[in-house]
Amino acid sequence: MGVNSVTARPGKEDSTGKIRDYESVIGLEVHAQMLTRAKIFCGCSAVFGGDPNTYTCPVCTGQPGSLPVLNVKAVEFAIKMALACHCKISPLSLFARKNYFYPDLPKGYQISQYEYPLAKDGYVEIPANGREKRIGIIRIHMEEDAGKLVHEGAFESAASSLVDFNRTGVPLIEVVGGPDIRTPQEAGSYLRGLRDILRYLEICDGDMEKGSFRCDANVSVRPQGQREFGTRTELKNMNSFRHVEKALEYEIKRQIALLEAGEEVVQETRLWDEEQGRTLSMRGKEEAHDYRYFPDPDLVPLEVSEAWIEKIRETLPELPAAKRERFIKQYGIPEYDAAILTASQSLANYYEECVRVSGEAKMVSNWIMGDLLRELNKDDREIEECPVPPKNLASMLKMITDGVISGKIAKTVFEEMYRSGRGPEEIVHEKGLIQLTDVDEIQGIIRGVLEGNPKLVEDYQKGKEQLFGFFVGQVMKATKGKANPKLVNELMRKSLSKG
Amino acid sequence: MKIGFKDVEYVAGLARLRLSDEEKEEFTTQLDDILTYMDKLNEVDTTGVEPTSHVISIKNVLRNDEVRESLPSEPSLKNAPEKERAFYKVPKIIA
Repeated sequence: MGVNSVTARPGKEDSTGKIRDYESVIGLEVHAQMLTRAKIFCGCSAVFGGDPNTYTCPVCTGQPGSLPVLNVKAVEFAIKMALACHCKISPLSLFARKNYFYPDLPKGYQISQYEYPLAKDGYVEIPANGREKRIGIIRIHMEEDAGKLVHEGAFESAASSLVDFNRTGVPLIEVVGGPDIRTPQEAGSYLRGLRDILRYLEICDGDMEKGSFRCDANVSVRPQGQREFGTRTELKNMNSFRHVEKALEYEIKRQIALLEAGEEVVQETRLWDEEQGRTLSMRGKEEAHDYRYFPDPDLVPLEVSEAWIEKIRETLPELPAAKRERFIKQYGIPEYDAAILTASQSLANYYEECVRVSGEAKMVSNWIMGDLLRELNKDDREIEECPVPPKNLASMLKMITDGVISGKIAKTVFEEMYRSGRGPEEIVHEKGLIQLTDVDEIQGIIRGVLEGNPKLVEDYQKGKEQLFGFFVGQVMKATKGKANPKLVNELMRKSLSKG
Repeated sequence: MKIGFKDVEYVAGLARLRLSDEEKEEFTTQLDDILTYMDKLNEVDTTGVEPTSHVISIKNVLRNDEVRESLPSEPSLKNAPEKERAFYKVPKIIA
């Protein structure tokens, strides 16, 4: 790599403000914490948080004479991910020591995998311009997490750093993606895709803010049509999907500006500064890396048999891409709906249960994507914490289709179900929200409205037809929205034509 | 010479070791001897011999995913040169 002989050409901005004459090349490295109970090489709890330095032992703090023993669940989880990403599982893989000094690394080395990773050569598919695009996975390997550095008050004013080793030794998998991503948006879809897969497999909670799902990005630009890669930079410190996209957008513009000015991109690590919205060089703080990897003599080789792989393969759930396609076919909903509904397994299950009870595939989808997700997002709640069980939403929708309540009243009923957790029947009866379908009663209300507005009735009959809506509105108002709108329309038309 | 003074300085730097000039000379000779001996091993014909990373030929030593009791923070931090509450204290470092 290291192609610095890039001849700068004038960049033309297209309507979206993108500079057209350049193409960016992006490769992402993702670290995901495995949801095992214990750490990867010892019996300490791998749970998030805890009082500082209470989940540590001689093994994870690297005391002399202690020996690491591999957690079988961490291996199975990593194999699950490798299978879900269509990787080849290595029959034999090794653990290696990655040597460097940092205060969050008590042993002076991190146990990782180097020359013989667990899995190689896979891919994931992401939606791109209405088609599926394959992003290559170069390798997936296992390693241990490092500790956490904390600072009292603001970082600038802190006199020292404090170290908590609770996270040290929590199992990680590193997913190294190929340089196949071309835009920040594709990077975002790839990351969300990986996160969704991890959640479907129930092996990682995929929380970027909490740090259980982390991403470093390698990015370079090159003139359109050039085959060689440009000089790349590595971006770190992005703790949300949105920030990964923003950091990449900034960095691509920065690199193009450099080339346009006849300068060169320096290969380096840059930190995303969330507040300033820019990337900053780490130069001076970063040393030349020479990790002196070698096989860890404390750990024996890991052999994964075909039988073991098959046993794990049988436990794989239906994965997001397959579920998405099935939803489109089976329920006849648009791709857009299917993508949202399959983002998590719980949401997909919720949807399917609602459809099973109500039989209304598109209506359920509309209500989930609209009212339900809006309420959940407002309260920062997951679907698992939704106070409205699927059967309640389904029965409410049935009440709409059966004409028991109107669509408008349903909004009120839904809000009450969400607030109180009660069923729709109870709410509708208690609040007297049952749709008014009694012809005589509606007829009477219509008569009242028309008799109260003789001037308007006259105007209507002279041709001012838009007044029809007003009359209907008055009836709905008089019945507090409970009158069946279809029936009101019908009866209103009859009354007005009679004169 | 397989290894020079500069190499020893580099490796010492990576290992955060401060060596005197005499020590650097001494280790240059010692490391060079070791690497020369490695070359001797390279003369052996290993055609058809499986590479190995470990002296014992066992595989898959695994533990179940069970939580065991950890050490309380107090004994863990006993040998820490500096501490603050239940944390290890180090010079200021970027997180």
